[in-house]
Amino acid sequence: MTTTAVPRKPWEKSPKDRARDFSFFIFAIAFSYAFVGVTQMKGKLAYAFVFFVAYGVIVSVFSFITRGAPAAKDAFVKTLVALGAVITLLPIASIIFTVIRRGLPGLKLNLFMQDMSLAAPTDPLTNGGVLHAITGTLTLVALALVMSVPIGILTALYLTEIKGRFSGPIRFLVQAMSGVPSIVAGLFILSAVLYPITKSYSALMGALALTILMIPTVARTSEEVLQLIPNDLREAGTALGGTQWRTVAMIVVPAARSGLLTAVILGIARIAGETAPLLLLTGGGDKVNPNPFNGSVGSLPYYIWKSFNAGSPESLTRAWAGLLVLMLLVLLLFVLARALSTRKVSK
Amino acid sequence: MSATTLAPSPREISTEPRLSDKVFRGIVTAGGLSSLVILGLITVFLAYRGFEVLRQEGIGFITKAEWAITLDDSNNIVQSHFGIAAMLVGTILCSLVAVVIALPVSVFSALFLNFYAPEWLKKILVTVIDLMAAFPSILFGVWGFLVLMPSAEYWAKLINKYLGWIPLFEVKPYFVTRSPFIAGVVLAIMIIPIITSVSREIFAQAPLDRIQAAFALGATRWAMIKAVVIPHGRSGVIGGAMLGLGRAMGETVAVYTVLNIVFQINWHPLLGAGGNVASLIIAKFGEASPYEIKALMAAGLVLFLLTLIVNALANLIVKTTGKSGR
Repeated sequence: MTTTAVPRKPWEKSPKDRARDFSFFIFAIAFSYAFVGVTQMKGKLAYAFVFFVAYGVIVSVFSFITRGAPAAKDAFVKTLVALGAVITLLPIASIIFTVIRRGLPGLKLNLFMQDMSLAAPTDPLTNGGVLHAITGTLTLVALALVMSVPIGILTALYLTEIKGRFSGPIRFLVQAMSGVPSIVAGLFILSAVLYPITKSYSALMGALALTILMIPTVARTSEEVLQLIPNDLREAGTALGGTQWRTVAMIVVPAARSGLLTAVILGIARIAGETAPLLLLTGGGDKVNPNPFNGSVGSLPYYIWKSFNAGSPESLTRAWAGLLVLMLLVLLLFVLARALSTRKVSK
Repeated sequence: MSATTLAPSPREISTEPRLSDKVFRGIVTAGGLSSLVILGLITVFLAYRGFEVLRQEGIGFITKAEWAITLDDSNNIVQSHFGIAAMLVGTILCSLVAVVIALPVSVFSALFLNFYAPEWLKKILVTVIDLMAAFPSILFGVWGFLVLMPSAEYWAKLINKYLGWIPLFEVKPYFVTRSPFIAGVVLAIMIIPIITSVSREIFAQAPLDRIQAAFALGATRWAMIKAVVIPHGRSGVIGGAMLGLGRAMGETVAVYTVLNIVFQINWHPLLGAGGNVASLIIAKFGEASPYEIKALMAAGLVLFLLTLIVNALANLIVKTTGKSGR
């Protein structure tokens, strides 16, 4: 009779190990309930905190008994980093949950059909809406797009295709530009364009400030995408007798198309909710303003800001509804960018 | 029979780019230089507008904490004092609180993502954290004011109760509502995604052969991290923290909604008074006279230069560690 060796996986957890881990888990939960109940701590976060501390202590004591000090430290750190990840995720879960819960009651059909020109902050929710804010935000984004996308992509092309003398400094400056506080961009347009030249609020002024904020995002993402285009393509273009201009325009840019689109979408997501410069530059009108070059214009962030500061219960619900619309917009853009970026280099 | 063969005349091969290429290169270079032009223009215009106030106030503009303007009946300026010391202190205090809270959390979650989380979980978490980085600041501001503030106030009271004997945490008079600590917590939540993703990328570059060597020598996961990953990533993480610091310093809306803006130099994070330069600009802009707006421009210039320096340092640190690879 022959015996065949059965492959085993000694590193896998046995049912006994699993049962033990699970019992630690249950014990830590029970302990946190008991501890919070006995002491004067309050709140859901207290439970979570005590749970993590208790679980960390139990697991490390057990590891210390069975496998010594290094294992105990390892087990403790494992709990600690998990706690870090949980703390990172808690706020975002809370934000999404709160915005949906408190924004939904304000999400009525008239929200998308009317503007706020005939509605007071204390009016019931059936009166007034965000039409002016949505059209305003779309105008602002469209104008900013027209200005920032060419500049951003040209910057990226300079860094990847020309690789000139200034590549180092420009890469550095683009990084520095991405750190410009949004309020400073607003002040700059205020001092350089609005006061000396146009002297009135308009969507264009807001869009100029947003352009400054959008360029670095577009430029950096586009640069990353263009770096991924294989050099073979550029060499093939040159070998076929193409000038650099033809190679870039006919081969490199089309190959990077979806990646460049991702860059643009990320840029839009960056500016869609930008508030501070709009407070300085757009005036925040309550009416739909069809003229992007003159007159105050509303926008989603400004609408949220106004409703939030008005303070009445109705206007707070309005603010949450506006936040919900804004959040959904950013979410949509983000998902779109993700979907496109999974195929960065089209075949 | 002789045939006349036409010898081809020698061809001139030139490396001179064609006209189309020259134009193309010119346009692309001009586009590339735009960032330089924009940053330069920002400095020039803010300095030009703020010059009058800066000259009048001198060094007092950043060392004094008074912001007062006296008008007579016909709206002429009788007297004015502009000093942003209180706001500068507030800017630094809030963003330091934010970084102190955010740094350990971000480093832990970056370690979790790289070395502990299973692949599927890592993918989800990275997406969620990137999404959080894209959320607009007004979302954090309103949420921070209406949802987070009650909890954060409670934490502030706890810190004051048990750690009040440390001079930094004492509160006199007892007023803990809308304090820099709470603004710092909101800012921390905003910059955690930034520091996490920078740290994650730096940690991911830790040399694989050393990681495997550490495991082969019998190291536990933590021992490996301590011996290989942390020495490799230390300065990169510091750079990431400074990027977060720069972002926190320039934040306007989230701070304005949460913080109680008072012109008083306050180094105590738990005391409900403070402000930051960006929120000062929003707070005063509405009813500012033309002269006061010049003062706001000067304040904007100070903020711009401050963030520029912090960001430049941060990028320098991140870049040098990214390349060295140790």
